[in-house]
Amino acid sequence: MDSAFATHVTVTVNGVARAVEVDNRMSVLDLLRERLGLTGPKKGCDHGQCGACTVLADGRRVNACLALAVAYDGASIQTVEGLAAGPDDLHPLQRAFLRHDAFQCGYCTPGQLCSAAGMLAEPGPSAVTDDLGTDPPLTPGEIRERMSGNLCRCGAYVNIVEAISAEVAKMETGSAG
Amino acid sequence: MRAFSYVRAASPADAVSRYRDGAAYLGGGTNLVDLMRLGVAAPEHVIDVTRAVSGEITDRESGGLTIGAGVRNSDLASHPLVRGRYPMLARAVLAGASGQIRNAATVGGNLLQRTRCPYFQDVAMPCNKRSPGSGCQAMAPGADTEHMAVLGHSPFCVATHPSDLAVALTALNARVRVASPEDGAGPDGTRWIEMPGLHRLPGGMPEQDTTLKPGELITEVELPPPPGGRQTYRKVRERASFAFALVSVAALLDVGPDGRARDCRIALGGVAHAPWRAHAAERVVLGVPPATEVFAGAAEAELRYARPLPANDYKVTLARNLITTVLEELMT
Repeated sequence: MDSAFATHVTVTVNGVARAVEVDNRMSVLDLLRERLGLTGPKKGCDHGQCGACTVLADGRRVNACLALAVAYDGASIQTVEGLAAGPDDLHPLQRAFLRHDAFQCGYCTPGQLCSAAGMLAEPGPSAVTDDLGTDPPLTPGEIRERMSGNLCRCGAYVNIVEAISAEVAKMETGSAG
Repeated sequence: MRAFSYVRAASPADAVSRYRDGAAYLGGGTNLVDLMRLGVAAPEHVIDVTRAVSGEITDRESGGLTIGAGVRNSDLASHPLVRGRYPMLARAVLAGASGQIRNAATVGGNLLQRTRCPYFQDVAMPCNKRSPGSGCQAMAPGADTEHMAVLGHSPFCVATHPSDLAVALTALNARVRVASPEDGAGPDGTRWIEMPGLHRLPGGMPEQDTTLKPGELITEVELPPPPGGRQTYRKVRERASFAFALVSVAALLDVGPDGRARDCRIALGGVAHAPWRAHAAERVVLGVPPATEVFAGAAEAELRYARPLPANDYKVTLARNLITTVLEELMT
C-alpha cells in the first residue's frame, strides 16, 4: 500500500497495546473487526445511526463506524469483549441484561452494553431534563433519551430500560452487582 | 472511499499552512466521514484539527465565554457555565444527535457540517450543491420536499442546515474566530465572523454553505455576556429523540420594569439553508407589553415571506405556532 495513504498507529484495545499499519480510510470498527478479530462491535448501518458499533474510546462512548482509526492513534478503546473481568465474571450490566432478558437476536446488544456503560459515567442533564442546574436521577425517561443512539430492531427496549434501571438502582444503593 | 493522506495539525497556523486544494479539515468526523463513505465528499488530504484548536471553555472577565472549536458537543452541554448562563445553548446541543455523536462531534465541526438534503447525500441524483450546475432533484416533479426549506431558498437549492447549536449561537449573537491563510486577515492572522453571518443562503451558489474562504479554520466561538431575561430552545421532530428538526426555535424574552419587552431574540432551525434569525418577528415584540396576540403577530411578520414547497407548508404553520407558544412560555 502506498505509504502516503497508510499510517502506523498504536491503540490500546481492552488493555492491550496494538501496533498496526492502517489504510487511512479504515474506521475503528473495521480495525477492530477485520484486523484485530474483535467482532463484538457490530456493523449495523455504518453511518452512525444505529449504535451497534458503539465502543468506549478513552472512556467515552462513540460510534466506531464514524471514527477513523488513524485519528484514534494513541487512544484506549474498550469493546464489549473488554467489559467483563473474565468468562465467569460478567460486567454488572451484562448480568442485568441477562436477568432482565434485555435482548432477542443479540445483534445490537454489544453496542447497547457499551453505550449503557458510557452513559452511566456521563455527567449533566439530557434533552428531557427539566432543571438544567441538576444532574437528574436516571429515570426510565432519562435512560430512554440517553440511549436513543442505539436502535434495537427486535424492539427489546422495554427490557433494556429495565436492565439499565436495575443497574442504576444498585449503583445508588451502593450494593455489589 | 477515495484514498487520502492524513496529518495531525499542531496549531491553527500549522493547520492553515498545510491546507491546499482538495484538502479537508477533520474534527470529530461525524459528518465528514459519513459524507466520504457516501462518496459525497472525496478529499485527497485530511488535516486532523482536533488537537490544533482549543478544547477548553474559558470564562472571560466580561461575563462571556470563549469556547474552543475543539470542545466536544457533550462537554459543551454539560459545562456548568453554559448550563447556568446560556440555557438555550445547553438545550440546543442536548437536542442534537445522540450521546455517541455528541461525544465525538466538535463545536467547529458542528457549525461546519454540510447543509444537506437526501438528494445531496445520494450521488446518483443531480444536486447543485454537490455538483454545481447538475440541477436540483428536490425541485423535480414528485420530489419529497417534506423536510426542505421554507425561507430563503433559491431555485438552485432548498436544503436546510441541520445544526441545533448554530441556531442557539445565532440567537445569542455569538461570533466565531477564524484563522485565515490570507494576509488580509487581522494583524494576528485571524478574523471574526458574527453569527448568523457564518452560514449563507444558497442563491446561485449552493455549493458554498458558509462565508469561509478556502483554507479558513474556525478556532473558537465567543459568546457575549449572557443577556437578561428568560431563554430556551424547543425542537419539533418526527420522533422523540435523535432526529433532525422539522422546525426548532431558540428564543429569549426580557421584560423591563415598565412591562415592555426590552430584548427579544428568535432564531429558527430546520427552515432554511442557514440558521434563521427572525429579525422581523423580534421587531414586533420589542418595546411593547408581551401578549399572545403580539407573539402571533410577530410570527406572522416573519413567516409572511415563507415560500413553502409542495409537501412542506406544514412547516410554516409549525414555525408560527412554535414561535408563539415558546414566547408565551417565556412570558409566564
